[in-house]
Amino acid sequence: MVDTPRLTREDVAHVAGLARLHLSDEELDLFTGQLAVVLDHAADVALLDLADVPPTAHAMAVINVLRPDIPGQTVDREEVLAAAPSVEDHRFRVPRILGEAP
Amino acid sequence: MTPPRSALGLAAAIRNGEASAVEVLDDYLAAIDAHDGEIHAFNLVTRDAARAQATIVDQLVASGGDPGLLAGVPVALKDNLCTRGVPTTCSSRILDGWRPPYDATVVTRLGEAGAVMVGKTNMDEFAMGSSTENSAFGPTRNPHDTSRVPGGSSGGSAAAVAVGFAPVALGTDTGGSIRQPAALCGVVGMKPTYGTVSRYGLVAFASSLDQIGPLTTTVADAALVFDVIGGHDPADSTCLDRPAPRVLSALDEGIQGMTVGVLTEFLEGADADVVARTRQAAEACAAAGARLEEISVPEVRLGLSAYYLIAPAEASSNLARYDGVRFGLRVDAEDTMAMNTATRSAGFGAEVKRRIMLGTYALSAGYMDAYYSQALRVRTKIIEGFERAYRRCDVLLGPTTPSTAFPIGAKVGDPMTMYLSDVCTIPSNLAGHPAISIPFGRGDDGLPVGVQLLAPALAESTLLRAAAVIEAAAVIEAAASTGGGRT
Amino acid sequence: MTDGWVMVIGLEVHCELKTTTKLFCGCPNMFGNEPNTNVCPVCLGLPGSLPVLNQKAVEMAMAIGTALNCEIRPSTFHRKNYFYPDQAKDYQISQYDEPINVDGWLELPDGFRVGIERAHMEEDTGKTTHAGVTGRIHGADYSLVDYNRSGVPLVEIVSCPDLRTSAQARAYVTELRSVLVATGASDGKMEEGSMRVDANVSVRRSADDPFGTRCEIKNLNSVRSVGRAIDYEAGRQIALIESGEQIMQQTRHWDEDASRTVMLRSKEDAYDYRYFLEPDLVPLVPDSDWKEAVADALGMMPAQRRARLADLLRDAGNVTDARTEQVATVVDLGLDDLVVEAIAGGIPTALALARTANEAAADPEAARQLDPGSFVTLLSMEAAGTLSSTQAKTVLAELLAAGGGDPSAIAREKGFEAMSDNLLSVTVAHAIEGNPDEWARYCAGEDKLAQVFIGQVMKSTRGQANGKAVVAELQRLRG
Repeated sequence: MVDTPRLTREDVAHVAGLARLHLSDEELDLFTGQLAVVLDHAADVALLDLADVPPTAHAMAVINVLRPDIPGQTVDREEVLAAAPSVEDHRFRVPRILGEAP
Repeated sequence: MTPPRSALGLAAAIRNGEASAVEVLDDYLAAIDAHDGEIHAFNLVTRDAARAQATIVDQLVASGGDPGLLAGVPVALKDNLCTRGVPTTCSSRILDGWRPPYDATVVTRLGEAGAVMVGKTNMDEFAMGSSTENSAFGPTRNPHDTSRVPGGSSGGSAAAVAVGFAPVALGTDTGGSIRQPAALCGVVGMKPTYGTVSRYGLVAFASSLDQIGPLTTTVADAALVFDVIGGHDPADSTCLDRPAPRVLSALDEGIQGMTVGVLTEFLEGADADVVARTRQAAEACAAAGARLEEISVPEVRLGLSAYYLIAPAEASSNLARYDGVRFGLRVDAEDTMAMNTATRSAGFGAEVKRRIMLGTYALSAGYMDAYYSQALRVRTKIIEGFERAYRRCDVLLGPTTPSTAFPIGAKVGDPMTMYLSDVCTIPSNLAGHPAISIPFGRGDDGLPVGVQLLAPALAESTLLRAAAVIEAAAVIEAAASTGGGRT
Repeated sequence: MTDGWVMVIGLEVHCELKTTTKLFCGCPNMFGNEPNTNVCPVCLGLPGSLPVLNQKAVEMAMAIGTALNCEIRPSTFHRKNYFYPDQAKDYQISQYDEPINVDGWLELPDGFRVGIERAHMEEDTGKTTHAGVTGRIHGADYSLVDYNRSGVPLVEIVSCPDLRTSAQARAYVTELRSVLVATGASDGKMEEGSMRVDANVSVRRSADDPFGTRCEIKNLNSVRSVGRAIDYEAGRQIALIESGEQIMQQTRHWDEDASRTVMLRSKEDAYDYRYFLEPDLVPLVPDSDWKEAVADALGMMPAQRRARLADLLRDAGNVTDARTEQVATVVDLGLDDLVVEAIAGGIPTALALARTANEAAADPEAARQLDPGSFVTLLSMEAAGTLSSTQAKTVLAELLAAGGGDPSAIAREKGFEAMSDNLLSVTVAHAIEGNPDEWARYCAGEDKLAQVFIGQVMKSTRGQANGKAVVAELQRLRG
């Protein structure tokens, strides 16, 4: 808890932006408090000296799972587009995009 | 005759023509009609499709065919399992109205085994929660006391089995979401080894932890369902390439000569009545010929912290796709970024937002090493701790939850307290190991208590044999504690 | 290049792999189909879907790594998280800190070696079209997304910052393109977007100075625009520095029509991609048997193929700059096997090379399909004088159009049947009779007067005669 900085309201606002979430002022205050409690609890993990311990991302050690380059089933276009909020010319329609892709 | 209420018994009766799948279904549908208004286990009851499936099973039996191991057995599906053309909501507004164009692999396998899908069960939104209060469609109530939660996130599935809406339900378990509600509702709930059941078509919460498993009234039914849904699936890269499980046949082999380790850390924070029940379950194992040992795995104390970094981190990425472009909810706005934000802000509930932010933070530049990477190392430590224990023990025993079911609303304002409900279930997810919750008597408040067995990876057979012993003892125990009045 | 300044250039080339299906699902990897027809739950990023890695894509990536002299390593996939409507899952699955290929090099035709930092696998995005008067992202009223390209396998080849001129950068892209085509992993069609180039450009006053601040230029879709964009960008940076300003690290976009780069975003706006290991995929660990099998299946690379032709030229004592350029052309177009077959069939090296680099190269697609047997037959007729070079070129055009055929039959149809020896003798004798003085001087040793007789014979035969045959007859008569 000493070494991990306490979460600030600005941190939460920044993270909300990354996650494409809009938070009201009240939500910002509430979440800042609640997330700080969780992160304080997680400080026990952050403070451990585990430099020599390899990380485990997959519990089961499996390698080289591959599929043959053989065509599979595509989904019917009308079924896919029927689920979309907005469609034009068989494509998914979105409002204007402000920036180029990264 | 009154049909048996276990899946095993029902399937046998339907297969040999003693019972009709349609009539069995109608019994369950009648129970749903009578009581689901109060319990709210289901988001959707697929009455017509179920009747059509049951009719096919009956016809198959009549024509001498074999409808499969789960012939005519009604099954409730947690609403995060994709069902083709049938709404799959994850109890979230953001998926309101979405009908997947495909079936989850487990749904296909249940269908092939003759099971009859009766509906989609309520859950904590995107499986994030321990009480089924985080549902966009309102909470599910615990059938044993409707002022209390059923646990979560598979609360709808647990309540459905407990109250008799279906003999079998599927749930998903990321940090205890099958076992914890099973314990609180007094049913059997099993989380299989990671990779033994395909996740294809399970709407992801935390991909490296999620597993699908059964909620049932008996240990044998859990084994039966695991045998049906387990086995390799080329559509899931993390699904292990090994033969389909066959655990049911080994269930009665007993535990003579096994070592059962009572896990000290799990007893530490548990209520006295829960500890007492766990001790009684241990004694039952000893009585069945197992050797008992107190064992400590101190690493599991770190499980909760590691889990609440890893699971939200994966979730923050898994839930990015709910952006209003291809499916589900869209809240319109001037530009795409504003539309994404408006859609997600309106479509996700508070707990989902909290976890997305927690995970985004844990992965973001500057915090990744202190939080996420560190949590992955803790995961290694927990696995090592279990390995040490399993050099001495065949299975580990502890409570499933520290307490019995809590009142609705009691923990909603305090996420950390809610998270602590999962303290005994989380380590198995981090290790990828199988675990099962078995109902074992009641607490001082008269509510069900669940005891939990843990086993090494792929040792489901051992796990279920021990579970069967505890289950048998629980029946005797229940009879004794009510003066033999219940059978 | 402005005097005294040195450029430092590193290139990132995205290459679409020519697999049958996409990287993580069985949808067809096909360009130009109806929108949103090559899609499934996986490449649409639908809830519950999971990726499974395409073995062929891995093998193509390994082939590229082998061809670029890389070390093929155990590798993993990460998620690169960012929101964008063409990114179906709102994250891209890409290899990050453990790429499959590292530490290689590519040798350019002039012998210069460009270091290859890495060549890793990742998935492509869908395609966005912008509705509105401009048809571009800025000023568009709204946009439409087609996910047919979503999940198409890519290999991104990242060079070291070893390139120093735009010409070198162009040569690198050209050579890399040939290598990628030669591995069978790419069709090399830059115009269809199968290869897309980003350039990192910085400038410094001398080669001894440390690297300057770099800018990344995106959207380079032809070899030509690679050169132009780099020159423009270097000029822009030099002008800024000379006017006392600092270069800001930026990502810039090459506007082909306006011939300039424009700022997309500054370093401060850089995305926080929150990379983490993709939990839905497992590590990829190619063993030595697998690596060897991929290497064994690999054909000759352009450099080897150029060397093979250069050796043949040298054996024939025929090396000139023009011929070296012809060698580069035929190798680049993948037509060098025609030359090799022709030389093996006894055709003079220069002729085999010239017909391939000039005439066959005019339609490389057809030339790659051409039956080498008919090509060799045709060239032997030309070499023997049975056909004039004009006639041979006409027949070759026919062969290319038809994908092969019998050159003699085509020549006959065209009325190119060579004159009989007898008719030639008569015609030559006739020409001698008409030019007695010239004949006398020719007999006295003025060889160049042969041209007079050739001209006469050509005139009277309307070009049907073969010059070499006329000279041979004159020499025979002179004795």
